[in-house]
Amino acid sequence: MSIDSTDRAIIAATQAGLPLVPHPYASVAADLGLSEAALIERMQDMQERRIIRRVAVAPNHYALGMTANGMSVWDVEDARIADLGPQVGALEFVSHCYERPRSLPDWPYNLFAMIHGASRDEVEEKRAAIAALLGQACRNSDILYSSRILKKTGLRLRSKEG
Amino acid sequence: MTPDDTDRAILNRLQDRIPIAPAPFDAIATELGIATENLLERLERMKEARIITRFGPFYDAAAMGGAFCLCAMEVPEDQFETVVTKVNSFAEVAHNYERSHRLNMWFVLATETEEDIETVAMSLERETGLRVLRFPKLREFFIGFRVAA
Repeated sequence: MSIDSTDRAIIAATQAGLPLVPHPYASVAADLGLSEAALIERMQDMQERRIIRRVAVAPNHYALGMTANGMSVWDVEDARIADLGPQVGALEFVSHCYERPRSLPDWPYNLFAMIHGASRDEVEEKRAAIAALLGQACRNSDILYSSRILKKTGLRLRSKEG
Repeated sequence: MTPDDTDRAILNRLQDRIPIAPAPFDAIATELGIATENLLERLERMKEARIITRFGPFYDAAAMGGAFCLCAMEVPEDQFETVVTKVNSFAEVAHNYERSHRLNMWFVLATETEEDIETVAMSLERETGLRVLRFPKLREFFIGFRVAA
């Protein structure tokens, strides 16, 4: 995936959000010295290339009561992960879902799914729902709760040329 | 502020992928039976109250360049604070969480290139005398996450 300097300028101008006005793309385009149509075409193209996942609202899930979360991890048969991974990722309470390498013998798990809920009990219920979905294809699982944030730095695009 | 029913309907509807078009809010306002101006005022209020963080594109961080890797360490309890200080002193360490597991420290490395991930992980091992397990993303599955408002 490659992005040029115009794409980079668009990302820098929009990653903190679009202005809440009737024609937000026209407003951003004016700031960047582009036409509204050119900006929209660029962004549609980035969406097709999956650089933009989607344009949507980002709710603050803590403010809406989803205060508990746990990193659930699963040892899923290799032959089944391509089929089961997307089903786990599509669940409404899963915010991140990745296949990662096992690190044997310390770590037998190859599927990671971050589960969110209103309480620890709710997270555990949702974890049980994933276990039911995976069935026999899952040999073992665990869940890791965070007890402390040790460092949190936002991942923002570095401002560099080109 | 407490979101009312209309605010909640907006929150639920705007978590869908919104088409990139000149007037993205018009059709949704019509659908919800309110004026576009009213929809925008409500979004502005919810943003001020930090019920939403933003409305806009979600970018794939890796697609913008750079490399990322989830890492984990088993840190003995009596060394924990010392190791936290050492690990966090690396600018490449983006997030770091203590977690309830034998592998009790989990962090994300963010670097310019894939090779830098390896270099930084090896420096961390040298600095701490502990193993750094690497869990790079092999495949990302579609994310259906929604917050029911």
